[in-house]
This record gives sequence, structure tokens and C-alpha cells, in this order.
Amino acid sequence: MSNAVSVLNGASFDGLAEVKDAGLVGMITLRGDLSSKALAKAVLNVTDCTIPDVRKVAAVNGNTVAWMSPDELLIVTDYQNVDAMVAKLSSALAGEHALVVNVSDARSMLTLSGSGTREVLAKVAPVDFSAEQFQPGDFRRTRLAQVAGAFWLGEAEQMHIICFRSVGQYVFDLLKVAAHSDAVVGVYT
Amino acid sequence: MSNRLAKQGRLIDRSKQIVFTFNGRSMLGHPGDTLASALLANDQMLVGRSFKYHRPRGLVASGSEEPNALVGLGSDNRFEPNQRATTTELFEGLAAQSQNHWPSLEFDVGILNSKLFSRFLTAGFYYKMFIHPKPFWKHIYEPFIRQSAGLGRAPDKELKDADTYEHFYFFADVVVVGGGVAGLQAAKAAAASGAKVLVMEQNAHWGGRAPVDGGTIDGMTADAWVAKTLDELRAMENVTLRDRTMGAGVYDHGYLLGYERLTDHDPSKGGPRHRLWRIRTKQIVTACGAIERPLSFAGNDVPGVMLAAAMRDYVVNWGVTPGKRVVVATNNDDAYRTALILQKAGVEIACILDARRLGGGALAAEARAAGIRVEDGRAIAKVADGKRVSKVAICLQDGEGQSIEEIEADAVAMSGGWSPVVHLWSHCGGKLTWDETQAHFRPDPSRAPTSHDGKPFVVTAGASSGPLELAAVLSDAAQAGATAGEGAGFPAQNLAAVSVEDMPETAMEPVWLMPANADIQHRMKSWLDYQNDVKVSDVQLAAREGFESVEHTKRYTTLGMATDQGKLSNINGLAILADSLGSEIPQVGTTTFRPPYHPISMGAIGGEARGDVFQPLRKTPMYDWHDANGADWEPVGHWRRPFTYLQDGESVQDAVNREVKNTRENLGLLDASTLGKLVVKGPDAGKFLDMMYTNVMSNLKIGKCRYGLMCSENGFLVDDGVVARIDEDAWLCHTTTGGADRIHAHMEEWLQTEWWDMKVFVANLTEQYAQIAVVGPNARKVLEKLGGMDVSKEALPFMEWRDGEIGGFNARAYRISFSGELSYEIAVAASEGQAFWSALMEAGKEFGVMPYGTECLHILRAEKGFIMIGDETDGTVIPQDLNLHWALSKKKDDYLGKRAHTRSHMADPDRWKLVGLETVDGSVLPDGAYAVGNGVNGNGQKNTIGRVTSTYFSSNLNRGIAMGLVKNGPKRMGEVISFPGTDGKTYEAKIVDPVFYDKDGEKQNV
Repeated sequence: MSNAVSVLNGASFDGLAEVKDAGLVGMITLRGDLSSKALAKAVLNVTDCTIPDVRKVAAVNGNTVAWMSPDELLIVTDYQNVDAMVAKLSSALAGEHALVVNVSDARSMLTLSGSGTREVLAKVAPVDFSAEQFQPGDFRRTRLAQVAGAFWLGEAEQMHIICFRSVGQYVFDLLKVAAHSDAVVGVYT
Repeated sequence: MSNRLAKQGRLIDRSKQIVFTFNGRSMLGHPGDTLASALLANDQMLVGRSFKYHRPRGLVASGSEEPNALVGLGSDNRFEPNQRATTTELFEGLAAQSQNHWPSLEFDVGILNSKLFSRFLTAGFYYKMFIHPKPFWKHIYEPFIRQSAGLGRAPDKELKDADTYEHFYFFADVVVVGGGVAGLQAAKAAAASGAKVLVMEQNAHWGGRAPVDGGTIDGMTADAWVAKTLDELRAMENVTLRDRTMGAGVYDHGYLLGYERLTDHDPSKGGPRHRLWRIRTKQIVTACGAIERPLSFAGNDVPGVMLAAAMRDYVVNWGVTPGKRVVVATNNDDAYRTALILQKAGVEIACILDARRLGGGALAAEARAAGIRVEDGRAIAKVADGKRVSKVAICLQDGEGQSIEEIEADAVAMSGGWSPVVHLWSHCGGKLTWDETQAHFRPDPSRAPTSHDGKPFVVTAGASSGPLELAAVLSDAAQAGATAGEGAGFPAQNLAAVSVEDMPETAMEPVWLMPANADIQHRMKSWLDYQNDVKVSDVQLAAREGFESVEHTKRYTTLGMATDQGKLSNINGLAILADSLGSEIPQVGTTTFRPPYHPISMGAIGGEARGDVFQPLRKTPMYDWHDANGADWEPVGHWRRPFTYLQDGESVQDAVNREVKNTRENLGLLDASTLGKLVVKGPDAGKFLDMMYTNVMSNLKIGKCRYGLMCSENGFLVDDGVVARIDEDAWLCHTTTGGADRIHAHMEEWLQTEWWDMKVFVANLTEQYAQIAVVGPNARKVLEKLGGMDVSKEALPFMEWRDGEIGGFNARAYRISFSGELSYEIAVAASEGQAFWSALMEAGKEFGVMPYGTECLHILRAEKGFIMIGDETDGTVIPQDLNLHWALSKKKDDYLGKRAHTRSHMADPDRWKLVGLETVDGSVLPDGAYAVGNGVNGNGQKNTIGRVTSTYFSSNLNRGIAMGLVKNGPKRMGEVISFPGTDGKTYEAKIVDPVFYDKDGEKQNV
């Protein structure tokens, strides 16, 4: 897999917040009946995570499972780990009506961290980022200015941001503009 | 003359000076000045010329309601026209130019219009005058009007705005618009309930008018109370205060726009110039105060005539007086405050003319006691024309305007009463009620704008609700804040009532025309709308001509249609209209208030979307390689795809011709990553696809591919592509580049809304793979050289696919061809796409490899007669038009479009059908050209019998080739038809078979 390169190839920018390429990240789209016991069991066995609540992630042992829609989860894991995990999930769900598919290469992932994180993202995503409303483990599937995006708040106020691969550069540039050190809003700090 | 006073000026810092220029002239001001106050301090009363008559105009107001003082600010890439001097904070180096004059502000030729033609430039003049003769409009009238009318000039179109802008999303329980005493009191009440509160104030200073108008609150001056209340609010965690931020518009369901001006007051500051706040809130409190109305008397537009409250603003806030000897005209007690404040500042008050027969109350008594001459029942007959007030003629308010006395004065303060700022209340449907006592429209709380739950989500506070006296303003505001907090779901907290001391006022009396029976000479000089030059006589004329609706009158006379949106003229205008119609004001009603309250910049609306992030560009994994290797980019939706790859010194056409020949003769590589790839999986996936596609997909064998068509339910061809059966219950559907998201949504819509019982999941894997078409006679050789999976004809026959490894890359190879050549499409993980492309380029050297772009792709497919969605289809074309009957299943009971195809128009044998077109002389047909037949249609145009859908130069055939839709085309093989071009030439083309190259398909099947 030495040939694989992430869209942003390690780019970073430091302003009101630090914008950073998260590199190659493994991602699996799982569609199925989120209320089914078989699905919950398969997810738990393979990722150690329980099914997250609406607009939440569950994160255990380096795996993160995000609620995407009433019948869709996104599993985030090591890039190297994806094929094995897809195979395990597929076999665990054999006989169930479910779709398990590797989408790692269809995405770009960035992190946003530092004190300006909430304000920077609030310039491009129509989400309430106040501390009481958006807490670690909260997840949104929304938009980043003109493109689709999703993000969750991890530990240490670090935001994990996902977008489509083709617009990885746009999202990086967008966050760079939003994180310009002269563009403080001063609402969340 | 206007000048800076020795004392006063609560907002300015006299210890520092600021140099600025007006029309190139250097002037001095202080930090805290607005451009307006600084101009007055420099005796610059004349600030512009009027729109229609080019009359000299001066400052009328002190805030955002100012109609006259519009200037061009800045220069070059920071130039902006139509900026209000009253809302422009002064900064070092500010450069302003007045507008709408020629050749100069002091001497303007256009003024002759008013002298010579004003009796012709009446209401509806444009509609009446510029109708006949018709050709005059374009060549004479329009150029004349454009030259003589208009406000500021547009910025140079070649220059880019030097500033940046941004959006900010914010959420609150209660947003208070307006940071005057009412807004602060309302915010306090709302915040006490525990609600999250945002307070926006459009100016740089909090407190609104109260510090100017006087009175005490809880024993403190208004200034002290404001400071204390701000401290209290700042100490609360749940309160956010933003100054220089205007509430611009109220929209459905608690959506509110705020417009923050970050660097207008100091362009040397870095960062965004404006920020557009996009706010969701449960409740909105509008505490926007009230706007004073002008009085309609002759010469009320002469520079030096000003709103009474604005005049005392200039004195108290900025220490400037608009004149040395002032006449005050009023119909209410409030204007007496101006007289008292001015007199205290050392300005001579020539006279107070109180239009009320019985005069005023306590404030009037105080004025008299101060030795000011007060005349009851008197009015201004006329202010003498000129660039400055010089003489004021006095008359009886009840008369026709006969002058009793002429008074020398250099400024006039007028007050026609106050109108609450109801704009934000009205934006989302809040209704108004006519208040007889105050003679104004105020919000009707029983008909508030309602949210999704049918409950009010806007509440007004203070003067915005109607009450004008301080005590009533504050108690209304406290109530409004509590109501908003409760409306947002928080327990109501009643604030301790504040104690207020203020001068009591007697009732105002409405005065819509001064004097009441003014004759036509006076009415023709009484302005209602300063910016658009609409006078009392214009509205009366409109009424006489039958304009009864206020909305019609507005458009006919242009009353209230200027950039100030009638903030000063609205009520006065409709009062005149009501009077002319013999109707009551409430029956006439107001025009509609629409956002924004005050103009906001286009930059703020655009936000960060400029430069690199103006629009997202979608890039394939090999984008950088293409860019470094001569790609001539073509936009395909948001994608950029190489149209062709230019080599040294090559023209685009040469490059395309080279790529076409090389792909047919050697080896071409195409980046096909943008093609849509949708995986469709589930027990019902086959059944579902049989409905989506016109042909059968359920019986496709695993490992095989099939070309399919998709129609809309109306039968029109919407997409095509190759479908591969992956396993027992999964198919991979390729779509066109533009169809990826659209077809994904199309499938989801049918699954979610119609066939929700089908067990099918769809996922869009378009971007998961880099897909490369390896095309040409040497295609197999290069893959075999890279080594790995068996790609022989036997192991991987045409229209099949296999998973395997090629050159060490995990790959899925499809044996499909859109070119008619031996062709593979190889999909690898997108992250490895560039590496795989490079490996192919390296290995392909000995086989003559060249990348090719979309134009070559198009030519190759056109040579083979393959259709292209978007070229051969345009939303009106059905598969039968393209001779694709073979792809329409007869076995299936149903599929999307099947029923529509039986409609009479769809089944019409005369529909235009696909044919090939060959020009007689080998030239290239113009794209989109129409073929003409015999006769003419009802409009006298030649009848059309077909059109060109694709047309190219084929370097393989060394001639132009084209496809087109022609009436009865397939039955007319060999016939020559003509296509008149837009270049004056007529192209003759022979109808031929659309397959121009390798008709038997031998080349792809090797």
C-alpha cells in the first residue's frame, strides 16, 4: 500500500485554529437496520463500539462509529485495517439485509484543533457550536460552505472533519480562510 | 454656517485630530465623528445633488434614515458608491466624493432641469414621455436618462474588491435588535429568565437616543444607566453583545440576518471587513426605536433644513451645530428639546413655530421661560431656494401660505412626529395598526409574525412598539424581554420596575402639509421623498390620475423606492395620498417592508466565497499530473477534466487531432474517474434495477457487464452507462459524470418514497476509485507488461469484468469500450490512482502511450455513433429517437418511462430521429444548427426539420462528422439537407448511418 497518498498529503495551517490533514484514514459505510440485534452485535464484535445515538459517535480502541442516518453508519478505523474489517462485517452480516463497503479512498479527513476550533467551523457549517450544545462525541452530517461534510468532536476539543476526496483541497482552503488569525469572532472564547 | 462648538460632543475625542478629504479638499475631524458630523464641523452643509432635478441637498438626519448624504468612499479596489455619511465613522485618510453632479457639486448643469422642466418632470413622467416614437427609446431616451439620472457610479469592473468577508452561524434563544435603553432593558429581562441572549446594536455606541434626549432612570442620567446596564449584561454568561452589528432581516422560523461592520471604521485593521451573522433564534425582540418625520413645506429640501432630533444629536454627540440662527417648526413637544439644547449650546433660536393652535405643554413653557420666541398655530410658508437656508417665510398653519413675516436663519429644525421602526416586525408578516394619538402606524401585537407552531416569534420593545415617552418605553421593553424569554421556553422573570423622571408631553397634532391649505406653487416645492425627488404635488397628481393603491402609487411616483426605502417619506406620502383620495390613512395602508432594513454589502452576502474558495473545484486523484502535463481544462459540473493535453507550441485542435489518431493507432489513457459508480445491493436489487433501467439487469451474469438506459417517468432519456453484476445481490452501476449525484438521488428517491418496501441499499462509490481507460491496439500489451491478472480475450472477454492485480495494484478491470477500440477500464483505489497512472505512462512508453482528453473521447465515440447524454439528449429526447429500441425491454411488465412511451406524442412516427450527417464538402457543421425544410411557420420563419446534436472534425477520417436528429431521418438516407449557419453560410449535409468507423465492431473485439 506504499502507493497510497492522501489528498492533502500532510498539509497543515496554523491560525485561529490548526487545520491539519489527517492522512489516510479507513472508512466503511454500513447500511442496514440500526435497530437490529444482529447488526448491533456485528458492529460491537468487529469495532468494540455500540450503535451510536442520533447525531453521535461511539469511539472505542481507535475505532469510531458515527450515526449517518436512520439506516447508515460510518465506521472510521485504520486505513490498513479496512479490508479485514469489511470482510469480518460482511460475514457477520451474511443473511442480513445490509451493505458494507469500503469508502476510505472516497474521502479526505482533516482535524481542526486549538481554541478557535468552534468559531472557525461556525463560519462554514450551520451548526450550534456552543459548549453546552456541541460536546465531545457529538456528530453532524451537514455542509461545509458549499460542499457536503461531516464532523465530530473528539477529545481535547479536536474536531474530526470528513469531506469527499475531490473537494479535499477546497475544504482545506476554506478552513484556512476561516481560520485567518485576524478573523476572530470572540463568541466562544 | 455650521461649525464645531467649543463644548459638548459626548462621542468625540477632542484631543486627537483626523485628516480626511471631501471632493479632494482636506478637512479635520475627531475620533468618534461620523463623516456627517465632521462635514458639518467643516461647514460642508451641501453634500450632494438630488436624483431628478439635481437640486442641492444637505444632511437631513443623523442615522441610517439619511436620504441625501450619499457619497462615494475610498478609491480603486476599495471604492464604494452610495455610502451614507451619517453611518460612516470617520477615520484617518478617509476620502469621500459627492455624487450625482456635473461638472461640480457647487455648480451643476443638471439644476437647469429643475428650473426649466420641473413642471414636466412630474409623477409618471417617464411612463408618459418615453413611449413614442418607439425607436427613440433605445437611441435617445435611454442614453439621456442614464446620463442625467442615477446615484453613485459603479466600481471599475476590472478591479477586485481588496477586502474579505465572512459568514458566521449563531444560535440563540432570544435576539434583541437594537442597543438603546429599550433594547438593553429588554435584554436584561430576557436574560434574567435564563435564555441565551444576543444583543445587536448597529452603531458603535450603546444607548440610542436617550442620552441625547435627557431624563433620568433610577436616579441616573441615561448615559450612566446605559453604562451600568451594559456592565450587568457583560457579566452574564448567557448574554452576547455585539456593536456595529445591524439586524438586517427577519425570516421564517426565527431566522435572522445580522450585518457586522468590522473594519469600516478603521480600514487599516486586518481581517474581514463585514461579517454576515446567520442566526437561528426562538424569539426576536425588535428595539429599533422610532424615526422622526419631516414636515412637508415649500423648500423643505434646502440644505440646512434638518430633522429636529438629528440637530440635537449633532450638538450633543459630536459638538457641532448646523447653524448659528435656527428656526424650529413642529407639531409636537419633542422638538422643543432641540430648541432648549441648542440654546444651551449657544445657538440662537430665531423662533419656534408650533403648528398646533393651542401650542405645546411643559417643554413649551420651559422654552418660553428660557426667552425663546414661540408662535402657536404658525407654520413655515417657504424656505428660500438656494444652497443654504437663508430666509424663512412664516404663515398661519391654517392658511394657504401667505407670508406674515420673513425671518433670517441659516438652519431649520423640523419635526412632524415620530414613526416606530416597524421594518423587522413586518418582514415576516407582522401587521400594523394606526395609532390616532401619535398619528403613526405601530405594530399590532395581536397580529404578530408567527413561527412553525403558530405562536408569535417577534415582539417589539420601547419606541418600536409605539410609546415615545421614556417611562413607557422602559416598561414596554421590560415586558417585551420577559415575553420573549417566556416565548423561548424560559420561566418569566419580572424585573423590578425602573423609576423614570422626564418632561411630560402634550399630544401632537398630525400635520401632513404645511400650511394645511398650501397652494400648488408651495406643494410643488414640498418634498416627500428627498432621494427620489417626489413631491406632495406628485402624489396628488397620481391620486387624480386614478392610482388608489399605495403600492401602485409608490411605483408610479417612485416614492419610497430609493436606497433609504422611504424611511422618512413613507407615512407622509401615504397621508397625502389618503387625503387626496378622501380616505382615511389606515384604509390606504402602507407599502411592504422587505429586508434588508438598511443596505448591506454584496461582499457580506458572498461571504468567504471568492478567490480560491469562490466555488469548490472537484479534482480527480490525477489532477496535479494533468495540470503539470499541459491539460487544457474543461469544466464538467464542478469537476475539471482535461479537454486535451497541449504539447509544446500545439494548438488545441492539433492536440485533439493527435490524441484521436494516437488512440486509434497506438495507446491512449483517459482519466475516467469522474464517471459515477453506484453500488446497488440487496435481495430486491435486481427487481429495482429492472425498474430503473429500460432493459433487463436482473438476469445479468456475475462477472458480466451490460449497457443500460435510464428514463424519467415521463419517458425521457436521463442517463446511460455500463452495469456490472458484482455478486448474487450486488450490481455496480456506472453513470455519466454529471449523473453521479443526480442518479444516486433519483434512486434514493424512488426507494424512499415509492418502493420503500424493497430491500435495496445504494451507496455512491464514485470517488472511491480512480478509473483509467486504457484504449487502443496496444492496450492489452501495456497491461500484460505490467503483469498480474490475465487480460487475454479468453480470460476477460468483451463486456466482462474481473478483480485481480495489475502491476502490483489491486484492480478491477472492465472490458468495456466507448471508443470502438480494444479497451479496458481499470479501477484502483483513488489514493493509489496517481501511482497507477504513472505506472501505465511508464510502461506504455514503448507502445506510444499518450493521455487523451474529453474532446478526443467525444470524437472517438462520435466516429462510432455512440450517443452522449447531454449532446444527443436534452430532456426532450426518448430512446426511440436515438434508435435504441433494442435497449427497451419488451419482456418486462414495467420500468420507469414505459407507460410514457405509449403516449401519442412519444409514439408519433414523425419524431426527429438520430442519423449521421456528412457535409458535402467535408467541412464541420456548426454545433446546434437547424436544418430547414419547405415553407414557413405562423411567425414567417422557415420550417425546421432537424438539428445537429454532435459535430466534430475527425482526424481519422479527415473530414467533418456529425450526428443529428432529423424528421424521418432513417428513411431519408443519402438525402442532402441544408443547415443555415449563424455565419451567413449554408451547410449542405448528406444523411448517413451514424456509425462512421469500424461498422462491424471488429476493432474492439480482439
